[in-house]
Amino acid sequence: MAKLVAILATTHHPFYYRTSRLPAEQAPPFAAEWVRKVAAYRETLTRVRPDVLVMVGSDHFHQLWLDNMPQFLVGKAPFYDANYYNEEREFGLPRMLLKGHEELSAYLLREGIDRGFDLAFSNELRVDHSITCPILTVRPENDLPVVPIYTNIFAPPLPRPERFVALGRTLRELIDSWPSQLRVAAIGTGHLSLELGGPRQFGPHGPDPEFDAKAVEWIAKGDIDGCLANVTLDSLHEPGNATHGFMDFMLMMGLAGYAKADYADSLDLFHTMEAYFTWYPNGADA
Amino acid sequence: MSKYLVDKFLFTVDRDPELVERYREDPAGTVEWWEREQAGRILNCPDAEATTWLAFTGTERAALAGHDHVALFELGAHPFLTLTLWIAMFERDHEEPLAMQLDYAARLAHKSLPYPDIST
Repeated sequence: MAKLVAILATTHHPFYYRTSRLPAEQAPPFAAEWVRKVAAYRETLTRVRPDVLVMVGSDHFHQLWLDNMPQFLVGKAPFYDANYYNEEREFGLPRMLLKGHEELSAYLLREGIDRGFDLAFSNELRVDHSITCPILTVRPENDLPVVPIYTNIFAPPLPRPERFVALGRTLRELIDSWPSQLRVAAIGTGHLSLELGGPRQFGPHGPDPEFDAKAVEWIAKGDIDGCLANVTLDSLHEPGNATHGFMDFMLMMGLAGYAKADYADSLDLFHTMEAYFTWYPNGADA
Repeated sequence: MSKYLVDKFLFTVDRDPELVERYREDPAGTVEWWEREQAGRILNCPDAEATTWLAFTGTERAALAGHDHVALFELGAHPFLTLTLWIAMFERDHEEPLAMQLDYAARLAHKSLPYPDIST
């Protein structure tokens, strides 16, 4: 069977790429620490030598639109072009080409549908920064095939938090039972408290540091039940109007199970808190 | 109310560099042209298979034509779409990093939870 060698759950910050490439004299004061933390986080993936990446993210109104909006979608293509004009414009992100892994995509689709998730699929998916940010941070070589999984955290009506956790659990079962010799890593990106396009945006910290502290604790401890007891679709409006992206973290918690994270780190930035978690389901030296 | 169409306007303008400039320079004319020529385009269908019934309300048309992001927020336009397009159009007018975004937020400072529903 395939071996799930690491689960990474992290924020995706589209400004990291540009910030990390600035000459020291032009870089903001927080840049050096940010780069150090990302480099340390990258090592948590590198050390387990993955062969293929299952990547959870969310399209930010790039390819998926309100005339035909899937709740959960699995990419099934040999390649994925990546990043869009408005991400180049706003964040300075590069155009990229990711390799796909169609066999694993097909397996996750077939088995996922059979286990009660009516997954949408795409044979021509251009992924955006929710997928490319973690490539740029934890696998900048961009040398591994990926299976992108998109969730709807953006366009109501959204699936409820419980559904994200359940999909994570199902993905875990499926990866663990995939008849393959490959080493799989699962990487999902979301947000802690976040406000975009509202009065609380772009403050000196995330809009709700108290929520962020609780969220980091739930994730680090693998406290799925505590998280589900405190997080609903309605409650997620309070920490910030884009905080529903936290449900991608909850999906990754479902994937990790009731397990403490083996690696947990965070960084309080302007606008949002960055957070980095890794689990080694088969041990750090698997 | 046609919140979906407001979002569709923001979405289709934001993804097209020429339309971003056109909307920045001539908001009323762009909104008028777009509603007449583009509003019914189904993005994954040939032009001939257009939608026939979509139209802005007067309030929505005025908010878009007036570059009024506060009114768009109140109408429940998707805040991510509005913000992204506003950054594209107006960040260049500010010298300090994030000054545009902070001004944008300050103009919304009188808004409190619950925010307007963005469901379409």
